[in-house]
Amino acid sequence: MQWETVIGLEVHVQLATRSKIFSGASTAFGAEPNTQACAVDLGMPGTLPVLNEQAVAMAVQFGLGVNAEIAETSVFDRKNYFYADLPKGYQTSQMYHPIVGPGELLIRLDDDVTKRVRIHHAHLEEDAGKSLHESFTDATGREMTGIDLNRAGTPLLEIVSEPDMRSAKEASAYLRAIHSIVTYLGISDGNMAEGSMRCDVNVSVRPRGQDALGTRTEIKNVNSFRFVEHAIAFEVERQIELIEDGGEVVQETRLYDPESDETRSMRTKEEANDYRYFPCPDLLPVVLDQAYIDHLRDALPELPEAKRARFEDELGLSAYDASVIAASRDMADYFEEAMRVCGDAKQAANWVQGELSAALKREHLEVTESPITARQLGELIGRVQDDTISGKAAKQVFQALWDGQGESADEIIEAKGLKQVTDTGAIDAMIDDVIAQSPKQVAQYVEAEPDKRGKMIGYFVGQVMKASRGTANPQQVNQRLKEKLDALV
Amino acid sequence: MSDHTADATFDHTVTSLAAALQNGDASSRELTTDYLKRIERAEPTLNSFISVTAEQALAAADDADQARADGCAGFLTGVPISLKDIFCTQGVKTTCGSKMLDNFIAPYNATVVDKLAAAGCISLGKTNMDEFAMGSSNETSYYGAVKNPWDSAAVPGGSSGGSAAAVAAGLTPASMGSDTGGSIRQPAAFCGVTGLKPTYGRVSRYGIIAYASSLDQAGPMARTAEDCAHLLGAIAGHDLRDSTSATRGVPDYAAELDAPLAGLKIGLPREYFGDGLDPAVASAVREAVKVYESLGATVRDVSLPHTRYATSAYYVIAPAEASSNLARFDGVRFGHRCEHPEDLIDLYQRSRAEGFGEEVKRRILIGTHTLSEGFFDAYYTKAQKVRRLIRQDFLDAFDQVDVLMGPTSPTPAFDLGAQKDPVSMYLQDIYTIAVNLAGIPGISVPAGMVDGRPVGLQILGSHFAEARLLNVAHRFQQTTDWHQQRPAFAKEIA
Repeated sequence: MQWETVIGLEVHVQLATRSKIFSGASTAFGAEPNTQACAVDLGMPGTLPVLNEQAVAMAVQFGLGVNAEIAETSVFDRKNYFYADLPKGYQTSQMYHPIVGPGELLIRLDDDVTKRVRIHHAHLEEDAGKSLHESFTDATGREMTGIDLNRAGTPLLEIVSEPDMRSAKEASAYLRAIHSIVTYLGISDGNMAEGSMRCDVNVSVRPRGQDALGTRTEIKNVNSFRFVEHAIAFEVERQIELIEDGGEVVQETRLYDPESDETRSMRTKEEANDYRYFPCPDLLPVVLDQAYIDHLRDALPELPEAKRARFEDELGLSAYDASVIAASRDMADYFEEAMRVCGDAKQAANWVQGELSAALKREHLEVTESPITARQLGELIGRVQDDTISGKAAKQVFQALWDGQGESADEIIEAKGLKQVTDTGAIDAMIDDVIAQSPKQVAQYVEAEPDKRGKMIGYFVGQVMKASRGTANPQQVNQRLKEKLDALV
Repeated sequence: MSDHTADATFDHTVTSLAAALQNGDASSRELTTDYLKRIERAEPTLNSFISVTAEQALAAADDADQARADGCAGFLTGVPISLKDIFCTQGVKTTCGSKMLDNFIAPYNATVVDKLAAAGCISLGKTNMDEFAMGSSNETSYYGAVKNPWDSAAVPGGSSGGSAAAVAAGLTPASMGSDTGGSIRQPAAFCGVTGLKPTYGRVSRYGIIAYASSLDQAGPMARTAEDCAHLLGAIAGHDLRDSTSATRGVPDYAAELDAPLAGLKIGLPREYFGDGLDPAVASAVREAVKVYESLGATVRDVSLPHTRYATSAYYVIAPAEASSNLARFDGVRFGHRCEHPEDLIDLYQRSRAEGFGEEVKRRILIGTHTLSEGFFDAYYTKAQKVRRLIRQDFLDAFDQVDVLMGPTSPTPAFDLGAQKDPVSMYLQDIYTIAVNLAGIPGISVPAGMVDGRPVGLQILGSHFAEARLLNVAHRFQQTTDWHQQRPAFAKEIA
């Protein structure tokens, strides 16, 4: 039997507001437990939520970025359940009237195919706190659980897709596209390691050609692109084996364990909570007028898909370079600055994609942490373009800049004497020296069949470049050597 | 006010105390001391306070006297008041009448508390109340029932019964209450004082321990409408910490008090004079209406056809919100925690089982049920539809008349322990509940006596018509003396 996989994602994006969604407490990551939770976040009696307008603006920006309908009126609901790290006994969320309605997102797959994934809706909600299950004991030495409410009230945008993805690769491409768009918009730092982005994955399988959906399972809280692929791969295989062995998939919530690379059951539908949603009486409906939405639309930055198309169509980058560079706003900004300085899109793309990316990867750095600024790289590329240095010397300059040996390419070129020699007289003198010192090689060259001589010239070029410590213009060297050697034949 | 006149403290209003302070006839310390002494004498009988904050009160009184000496006193500077124990007060126990919060000291003030302090009022302490404001008789308080100063066999009404009793007995010239389904007006009626429930959103709810968020509203309880006008002026206004508080400006409520009533159109809702209304109460109310006619008002009958559904809708919506609002009392962060919990579920179950009283548990269970999957539309959604119809009834009525009048409660104060069945207790609020569902303001003023127990006249106005209501109530109090009647108990403890 041929099986088809059906995947839908619920992505939780932490919005980059300075304060929480319903209080003035800070959202900064990494503070001492419970130092960033005010009376409202602690759910103290009598306290009331006040909506952070920045969170609303960010949700609208996301909606506009995925061509979604923005709700004129959205409403916060209470989702009631008990848990120790849920201070009020309910989570304030948007169940019935979310702020962002149906939209869509283009994802690019490895084989350069573009696919449209529909977004069902996106809604605002508050995060809960965190239970710390380790290293707490009471007076009698009994194990206890600590609660850190620093996260409580952190604004989240939950983006719910339609079940439009058909493979683990598509799911991870979708997640990357979400990551790309929210970081472009600047509405999230997208830091998955710190929990700024995580997702719940709904997976089912069905015989190819069948319309009806199979029974799905939900894998909770997956927090990396790689884990999403692994979790889905494991789950798909598990479900297919189960069905092929005559069993049935049970609708349930599962957890992915990266250590063992498998999913396991957390709770079944029978144990599912009744959340008793109802509109939160402490918050007014969020009413947005068209002028406000238009204002935010006008302020939207160029988004990844538009940027990719422009890089490809107007700058002539390869489809691959364009999509890789455009995927990250920081990378794209860096590229565009370097390009502006050197005036050559293709060279800028080559350097950013080649030397720079390799160095960043080696040192585990983000492009924003690069020791070489975009301006510095642009100037360096410019020096290759105007023949001041050779491509080989440029790599030395790059390394020197990376190591902080100088403020600019020019400074390093000067200090290291890397300026390319293009003076014909000087090059001729070096060539003459090399020819004089290599009688054996010259003889071989002269005696060789004419069609073999091309290969043999490499030796002489190497000797001249060595003698010039790499500063001689290689094209010139090549050309003059050929002329001089051929004259000896 | 020197010692020989201290005995008469109980007969003062906020307005007359403010005048005495202004004229230098009394200091805030003297007044505060007098009231504290009266509280001490009355409490063994009355039980109207949960906490008396004598030290803080005297210190604040000294500050007020100093402010007055420095020439920076306002109208209310130095006037003692008290607060229902539902208002969070920084550094002072705030129990909400529950064992659950017996150990709770809020690290912040309710906005109402801050505003009263900013106006210079002195808080004598926190008054007794039905647990989490759930009750119509003050019998559900963890701290025991309050006695009605007019008759110690009678209840003071609920849930702001401690405030009403304390004002009636002269233990405090005024008190802040809260009203979710009649909790200011009904005890005001039972104790013969004046109580105003403002428009929903007129006063910030920040720091008021929530019962039913879409219905709760704080308001003043005092001896006269004039006092209520001064106090409302101090506590009303938008609060950045409460998004549901109204953003409109606060009028000078005292300025409109004396406006003439000629031409006032009064509507008498047919539904407020039907079955279940004590005939003696009905006749007291009709007498009061005649007073208004003598002042130039005209009267007509009106209909509020959906009134009959008000109690049912209320007992769906209020418990639904309460079940959610009270979920935070879980023994984890504050309030009562059971001893030696086995695990998290045990911690929740025993903390809540031990901390909450019977009526609170009953309403949490009702609310949890009506919000449950499969019941939500049948109950909650339907009740919200009824609520809109009730609100529309009032809007239609106010197209025809300026104010509505009727009884505050179908009977005078009943005896302690008399209402055994929860549903019959719920029907005590039959004339007050619809007002909260509609969000309009209402005031109860003393308007007669039946068998030695006071009767309240309820006056209702359209949204934000508090100035008009206070004016209408004030003119009545200038013409009648029901509000000046004092229980014998107030004199006994002099």
